Amino acid sequence: MTSVKLGTYSMRISTIGYCLKQGLKNIWRNKMFSLASIATMSICIFLFGLFFCVVQNFQYMVKEVESGVSVTVFFDEDISQDEAAMKEIGAKIAAREEVEEAQFVSAEETWESYKDIYFAEAPHLAEGFANDNPLAKQAHYVIYPKDVEDQNSLVEYLESVEGIRRVNKSVEVANILTNFNLLVGYVSVAIIILLLCVSVFLISNTVTIGIAVRKEEIAIMKLIGATNSFVKAPFVVEGLLIGIIGGAIPLGLLYLLYTRLIRYMGGQFDNLAGLMQFLPVDQMFRTLLPVGLALGAGIGFFGSYLTIRKHLRV
Amino acid sequence: MIDLENVTKAYSTGNHALNGVSLHIDKGEFVFIVGDSGSGKSTLIKLLLKELEPTSGTIKVNGINLNKMKQRAIPKYRRKIGVVFQDFRLLKDRNVYENIAFAQRVVITPTKNIRKNVPAMLSLVGLAEKYKSYPKQLSGGEQQRVALARALVNKPNILLADEPTGNLDPKNSKEIMKLLETINERGTTVVVVTHNQEIVDQMKKRVIAMHRGVIISDERKAGYIQHAN
Ligand SMILES: Nc1ncnc2c1ncn2[C@@H]1O[C@H](COP(=O)(O)OP(=O)(O)OP(=O)(O)O)[C@@H](O)[C@H]1O
Ligand SMILES: [Mg+2]
Repeated sequence: MTSVKLGTYSMRISTIGYCLKQGLKNIWRNKMFSLASIATMSICIFLFGLFFCVVQNFQYMVKEVESGVSVTVFFDEDISQDEAAMKEIGAKIAAREEVEEAQFVSAEETWESYKDIYFAEAPHLAEGFANDNPLAKQAHYVIYPKDVEDQNSLVEYLESVEGIRRVNKSVEVANILTNFNLLVGYVSVAIIILLLCVSVFLISNTVTIGIAVRKEEIAIMKLIGATNSFVKAPFVVEGLLIGIIGGAIPLGLLYLLYTRLIRYMGGQFDNLAGLMQFLPVDQMFRTLLPVGLALGAGIGFFGSYLTIRKHLRV
Repeated sequence: MIDLENVTKAYSTGNHALNGVSLHIDKGEFVFIVGDSGSGKSTLIKLLLKELEPTSGTIKVNGINLNKMKQRAIPKYRRKIGVVFQDFRLLKDRNVYENIAFAQRVVITPTKNIRKNVPAMLSLVGLAEKYKSYPKQLSGGEQQRVALARALVNKPNILLADEPTGNLDPKNSKEIMKLLETINERGTTVVVVTHNQEIVDQMKKRVIAMHRGVIISDERKAGYIQHAN
C-alpha cells in the first residue's frame, strides 16, 4: 500500500519536473520573445507597484491628517463664561453619531496656549494680563468628527445649535488629499489595465510562436499517446514562469528603491518626516509582494492558457 | 484483435488509398504487409493508429470500434500501440535518450524506471553508445532503430512497424527482425510493412499483399509475392 502511494507520488514529481524543464527550455529557445514578454511584464508590475506605493502612502497620510481634523465651536456671549451651560451643549454634541470626541477647552487653557504661541519670546508682556484673561469669553469645544467626510454636515448642525456663536472649520487639507488620492487611483488603474493588456498580448504571442515552431513535435507527441494536458503543460509553465520572473524583478527593484527613499527622506528632511508619514517598508511589502507576484503569475497563466486552448484544439 | 470491415479511405485529393479492405489479425500474430509503392500500406497503419479516419467501413482494435472512440480516449488507446513510422518522426530537439524517455513520460513512468528502461532498450537495438546524439547526427538506419526502441519501450500489446528495416543493411535488418520475432513470442501482436523480399521469404509468416488499395492475397507461412501490374 505504502509503496503504491509512494509510486504515484514520485510519478507526479517526475512529471512536474519534466514540465518545468520543458517550460524553461521553451523560454530559452524562444529567447527574444520571452525577454520581450518578461520586460513588458516587469514594466507593468513595476508601475503597478509604484502606484500601489503612492496610493498606499496617500491613504496612510490621509488617515494621519484625518485623525487631526477638528471643528472648533465658540459660544454666545451670555453663556460664554458659564461653564455648566457650555458643558451641557457640549454633551449634546458629543452624543451625536458622527462625533468621535468633543473636548472642552476652558478660557484659562485657551489663554495659556495662546500665550505660548504669541508671547513665547517675551513672557513678561503677558504678565500684564495675569489677573484679567483677555480671552475670558473664548472658552470653546474642539470636536473631532469620526470621518472627514462628515465634517460639512457636522458644521451645518453645529451652526443651528442654540447658544453657539461661531463654528471654525479646519483647513481643507484632508479634502484635497482625498481628491488627489482618488485621481491618482483612477489614473493608475487605467495605466495598469492598459499595460496588463499589452503583457497578455505579448505572452500570448510568445506562446503562439512556441507552438507554431513545434507543431510537428506536438503532432508526434500526440501520436505516441500524449494527452492534451501533457502537451499543454510546458507552455502553461512557460507563461507562468515569464509572469513570475516578470513580477519578481520589479518587486525586488521597488523594494530597494523604497527602502532608500525612506532612509533618504528620514535623513534629509527631519522636519518633513514629521509632516509626511511614510508607510514602513515591511508593512508595504507585506501586501505588495504577494499581490504583485500573484498578478504576474496570473497574467502569465491566463495569457498562455487561453492561447494554448485556441491553438491546440486536439 | 485487429478487425477491418470494408474499409475505404479516400484522401481529399479524391485518391482512393484503400478500397474496401477487410482484414482480421488475431492476438499474438506476426503479419507482414507487402505491396508496391502507393498501394496503401502506410495509410492502413495510420488508420489503425487513428491518425486518419476512414471514409467508410469499420475498424475495431482490442474490441473497440475506432469510429466511435471519444477524443479523450485516444491517448490511452495509442499508448497500447507501439509504432515505427516510415519517416521515423523523432523529436528533433531531443537526443536519443530523451526521445525514448519521452514515450515513457507520456505514460507517467517514474524517473528511476525510465533510467533503467531506456538504456536497456537502446542496447537491445544496438545503439547504447549513441544515447546523447541528436536525430540529425544519426544515419537513417540509426534513426530507424531509435524509432523502434521508442515503439517498444512501453511494452505495447500491438506493434505497428512501417518499413522498420528500410534503411538498414542485410545484417542489421536480420537482427531487427529477430528482435521483432522475440517480442512477438512474448505476446505482442506484430504488424510489419516491408519491401524486403528476402526477409519475408525467410521468416515464413503470414503475408498480406496489397495493390492499389485492395488486398490481393493473404497467406499463412508464405513467401514474398511478386505481382505484376
Ligand atoms: N496525405 C495524402 N494526401 C493525398 N494522397 C495521399 C496522402 N498520403 C498518401 N496518399 C496517396 O495514397 C496512396 C497510398 O499511399 P500510402 O502512403 O499508403 O502508400 P504505401 O503503400 O505506404 O507506399 P510506400 O511503399 O511507398 O510507402 C498513394 O497513392 C499516395 O499518393
Ligand atoms: Mg508507406
